[in-house]
Amino acid sequence: MFETLTAPLRHLGHVTINAIWRLGFASRFLLAILLQSGQSFRRLNLTIREVYFAGVLSLIIIVVSGLFVGMVLGLQGYNTLSRFGSADALGALVALSLLRELGPVLAALLFASRSGSAMTAEIGLMKATEQLDAMSVMAVNPIARVVAPRFWAGVISMPVLAALFNVTGIFGGYFVGVQLIGLDEGTFWSQMQNSVDLHNDVINGLIKSLFFGIAVTLIAVFEGYDATPTAAGVSSATTRTVVTSALVILALDFVLTAFMF
Amino acid sequence: MSQDDSFIEFRQVSFGYTDRPVLKDINLRIPRGKLVAIMGGSGSGKTTLLRLISGQYRAQRGEVLVDGQNVATMNARELHAHRRRMGMLFQFGALFTDLSVHDNVAFPLREHTRLPESMIADLVTMKLNAVGLRGTQALMPAELSGGMARRVALARAIALDPEIMLYDEPFTGLDPISLGVIALLIKKLNDALGTSAVMVTHDVHKSLEIVDHVYFVANGSIVAEGTPEEVRASDSPWVHQFVHGEADGPVHFAYPAQRSLADDLGLSGVRHV
Repeated sequence: MFETLTAPLRHLGHVTINAIWRLGFASRFLLAILLQSGQSFRRLNLTIREVYFAGVLSLIIIVVSGLFVGMVLGLQGYNTLSRFGSADALGALVALSLLRELGPVLAALLFASRSGSAMTAEIGLMKATEQLDAMSVMAVNPIARVVAPRFWAGVISMPVLAALFNVTGIFGGYFVGVQLIGLDEGTFWSQMQNSVDLHNDVINGLIKSLFFGIAVTLIAVFEGYDATPTAAGVSSATTRTVVTSALVILALDFVLTAFMF
Repeated sequence: MSQDDSFIEFRQVSFGYTDRPVLKDINLRIPRGKLVAIMGGSGSGKTTLLRLISGQYRAQRGEVLVDGQNVATMNARELHAHRRRMGMLFQFGALFTDLSVHDNVAFPLREHTRLPESMIADLVTMKLNAVGLRGTQALMPAELSGGMARRVALARAIALDPEIMLYDEPFTGLDPISLGVIALLIKKLNDALGTSAVMVTHDVHKSLEIVDHVYFVANGSIVAEGTPEEVRASDSPWVHQFVHGEADGPVHFAYPAQRSLADDLGLSGVRHV
C-alpha cells in the first residue's frame, strides 16, 4: 500500500535526478567540445564540410519558409493596420517582426528539425555501428574529429540562415504589400528604414540566433553521442533533439528578449 | 607457453557492469608474435576482454599488462600511445560510412602521420592489395558485401603496421568463402607483420586451423586452454560442449529463472483429483 502511494513521488525524484544528471553531463560535454575544438579550426575542411551539410543543404527550407512567413505577415499586417488607417507602416511591421522575433526563432526551429535531427541520427548511428569506438581505438578522439566540427558548423550556420530567413521574409512582405496589394513602394521601404535600428533590431536578432545555434547544435550532438546504440535508441534521441530544441529555443527567446529589448 | 614471453597478460582481472560481474579473476597470457583465440558463448565476456586490452574498459581489479604496462592505470597520453601501436577489426567492420574505401584505409595514416597524399595513396593501394581489394578505392562502404567490408576494415586496421591486433568476432555473418578468405588473411598478415594478436570468436573449426593457442571463457572465467591439438584431444566437458555445439552441458540451455515453470503457469496450487 505504502509502496503504491510513494511510487509517483519516487518516479518524480528519479526523473528530476536524471534531468539534473543529464544537464551536468551536457555541460561537461560542452566543455570537452570547447577543449577539443582546435582541430576544427586547424583542419578547416572538416568544419566546412559540416557547414555544407548543416547550413547549405538547409537553404531551401529556410528560404521557402521565410518567403511564405513574410507573405503571411504582409497579408495579416495589412488587414490589421488598414483598420487603423496605418497600412503605410506595413514595411516597418514586417521588418521588425522578422528581425526581432520570427526570423531567429523560426529559422532555429527549422534548423533543429532539419539539421539538428540529422546530426543526432548520424552520430547516434555512428555509435550504434561502432564507428565511434573504431575511432577511439585508432587513437582518434571522436569528440575532436566528429562532434566539434559539427558543433561549430551549426554555430556558424545558424546566424547566416536566420539572416537569409529575414531577407526572404522581407521580400515576401514586400511582394504582398507592394506588388499584390498596391502599397506605395517608397513608403514601404522608407517606413522600414526609419523604424529599424541596426544595433537594436538587426544585431540583437543575430545575437539571438547565435545563442539558438549554440543551444540547438549542442543538444543535437549531445543526444547523438548519448544515444542508446540501438534503432529505438537513435530514434528516440532524434525525437528528443527536436522536442528539447523547440522548448529551449522558445524559453531562451523569452530570456534574451527580456534582456535585449 | 613460458612465463616470460608474454606480450599481453591478464593477472587476476575482474570486471563487471554495475552489479553484474562479467569477468572474475581472469589469468591469461598472449606471447609476442602469436595469434591467440578466445572462445566462448554469447555473453561470456569475450568482447569485454578485448575492450580491456584496448583500454575502452578499465579493469576493476587486477592488472591488464601490455608490454609490461598496466592498461587499467594508463593516463590519457599513455592510452593514446598504447592505441597507436594497436589495430582492431570490429565485428561488422565499423567502416566510416561517409568515407570511401580509400579514405577509410587512409584515415589512420592521415590522422597520425604527416605523409604526403601521394605516399598515402600508395600505402592505401598496398594495404588493399594485401587483402585482395585493389581497385575498390572509389567504392563507398554501402557498395561492399559483408566480406569485402570486413577485408577493407582489416586493411584499415593494419594501415599503421600495428604491434597488437585485436579481432572481435571476425567471422560473424560471413559466407563460407568469405570466412575462409578472412581466416587466411588474418593468418598471413599476422605472420607477415609479426603482431601479437587476440581473436575473439565463436567459430571453433576455422579458428583452430589458424591460431597458436586457445582460451575458453564461460561464466566470466577461463575454463579451459591449450594448443589447437590439445583442444581437439581435450576431454574437458566445457571444450566438448563448445566444439560439438551441444545445447546443454556445463553451459546450461535454460536461463536460471527465479520461479518454477508451474509457478509461472499458475499451476502450483492445483491439486489432482
